[in-house]
Amino acid sequence: MSDNFGFANTVDRASDDRTLTYLEAITEALFVEMDRDENVLVMGEDVGGEFGGAFKATKGLAAKFGDRRVINTPIAELSFTGMANGMALMGLRPVVEMQFADFISSAFDSIVQFAATSHYRGIGKVPWVIRAPSDGGIRSGPFHSQNPEAWFVHTPGLKVVAPSTPADAKGLLAAAIRDDNPVIYFEAKPLYRSIKGLVPGGGYVSEIGKAAIRRPGSDVTVIAYGTQVHTTLEAAHLVADDGIDVEVLDLRTLKPLDTSAILETATKTGKVIIVHAANRMVGVGAEVAALIAEEAFESLDAPIVRIGGLDTPVPFSPPLEDAYRPTAAKIEAAIRKLADY
Amino acid sequence: MAVVANGATVRVDSISMNETTRRTAYRWMTLTRTFDETMVAMWKQGRGIGGTFSERGHEAVSVGAGLALGPDDVVAPMHRDLGTYLLRGMAPERIFGNLLGREMGVSAGRDSNLHGLGDLDLNIIGFISHIPQAIPTALGAAMAFRYRDESRVAMTFVGDGGSCSGAFHESLNMAALYNAPFVLIIENNQYAYSTPLSQQMKVADIAGRLPGYGLSAVTVDGNDVEAVYDAAAKAVERARSGGGPSVIEARTMRMLGHAIHDGAEYVPEALLTEWQKRDPVLTFRARLIESGVPEADLAALDEQAAVEIAEAVRVAEAAPMPDPASVGQRVYA
Repeated sequence: MSDNFGFANTVDRASDDRTLTYLEAITEALFVEMDRDENVLVMGEDVGGEFGGAFKATKGLAAKFGDRRVINTPIAELSFTGMANGMALMGLRPVVEMQFADFISSAFDSIVQFAATSHYRGIGKVPWVIRAPSDGGIRSGPFHSQNPEAWFVHTPGLKVVAPSTPADAKGLLAAAIRDDNPVIYFEAKPLYRSIKGLVPGGGYVSEIGKAAIRRPGSDVTVIAYGTQVHTTLEAAHLVADDGIDVEVLDLRTLKPLDTSAILETATKTGKVIIVHAANRMVGVGAEVAALIAEEAFESLDAPIVRIGGLDTPVPFSPPLEDAYRPTAAKIEAAIRKLADY
Repeated sequence: MAVVANGATVRVDSISMNETTRRTAYRWMTLTRTFDETMVAMWKQGRGIGGTFSERGHEAVSVGAGLALGPDDVVAPMHRDLGTYLLRGMAPERIFGNLLGREMGVSAGRDSNLHGLGDLDLNIIGFISHIPQAIPTALGAAMAFRYRDESRVAMTFVGDGGSCSGAFHESLNMAALYNAPFVLIIENNQYAYSTPLSQQMKVADIAGRLPGYGLSAVTVDGNDVEAVYDAAAKAVERARSGGGPSVIEARTMRMLGHAIHDGAEYVPEALLTEWQKRDPVLTFRARLIESGVPEADLAALDEQAAVEIAEAVRVAEAAPMPDPASVGQRVYA
């Protein structure tokens, strides 16, 4: 793909912009933030030493910062996340790598019961980040393909981000690390090495809670995040020749939602599709659709459409997974239908 | 070593309790017992809100273990460790305020009964009902001390029930692996709600499992405050000096139900009668008198406790409820 794949307004272009992959941008954020703040550390399965993690996101960190700040853990998600809770209460800023987002369910109590409630109950601040490599389409089966963000968007006390560009991969990770609350950072595995983009150097931070228009348009809005931003841009390109002008809103943060950006684009086009790879049932799209129905009903020219995974486990076999997931063709068809409504 | 007592620091010459520490321990045990009895009576009179948990029978564990910590150490007690909260300096009226949902309660009305008693200014981490969560959390505090090369120790508590959980086993494996300055007190009080130990595990000896993880573990009489203190002080010293984590299984008995609503009819009467003879507060009081402490001194401590608790209840009951408009506040830092 090209350096900026049409994301004209993504980056504040500094003189030290470089072209990085999404994965390189994640690693760069870790280097910069660990360098900046002695309290930042990395922990998780296989993250340490020469190995640098299942996806190599932490490669080189142990060599630079030492084993003290890059901690290999046993396979014990519940308790190493609980350990991060205690570290965070004591003022450290652990960045926990969940090897696959699918395994985050093993850490549920530590996240949803302890971390998310601690500030409300007066226990203290829990400023950790969980990096959760998520999403499928890469033929990895039911337990290495999941998008479990809805569980955490449903949980008060957490923040949830889902970058779609290399610049946001860096900027939102830096913002998550600097945030005083527990933040779950869903990084999209399919984007790791498939996209490159301009990334500002140094301590670059993207604001949590702000969506971004990735493609301005006037006929139909598609709201997406993560990998599906790219699938949607592909679909928008396919319908553009037929004069259908699609606006693409990248949510970037799933909790808190940027409600004003959502309502603004819904009001502008009057026709809204929401796309995510997670299954549709009680997904983020349901909340976005309800928000628009409650707050912008009078501006709508058509029913709100949701496209998401089916209400099944994520299947392995390619034809089954393709049937499960949103694809550019499915989004294209939905755009055409809605444009004609 | 130094221990914190009512905000002041007391020097202790050896790990075994000297007379000053013994008197200090009694002061906290009688305060804890008085708080507990007052609370139970209030709830039976309908003056409570929601449920609550008695720690009757656990006073020697919560006081003995808590006294072994220094002021900079961190502790994550649970719902039967009232003595630990009190001796760390958490004022009784703040705890009654929490029980009664008041704004001045420790959690400002956010958390219920004896939950939510966290105050990092007192180096106390509050627990959640998912009791074994306190283990990895306290381990994380210990890891933070190690990370910063601080001479501090983290202690937490779990019951026999919680010792069956995944978090217990995962965390103890990691505590040993990382040689963390960490102390775990297992309060084996014979019952997890209605389920006796024999229906929870094949073995009768919880501490006996732990050398398999590379941990030092001992079993003590949980109704003997001096025995608990002695074991805890050694464990704390060991952790502080880089010797790594320890586990202490304190054997005791939950003398009332799981929670205030629970009559515990499932506990054999004979078992309670047997343990009643070993009441940790009364036996310690008798031992102090036998060792030459004037009974009048102890009676004065009992009276002081009664006055303090009555005043705490008065203050908490008179305190305002939280403003409903504040319900959405504090979700985020």
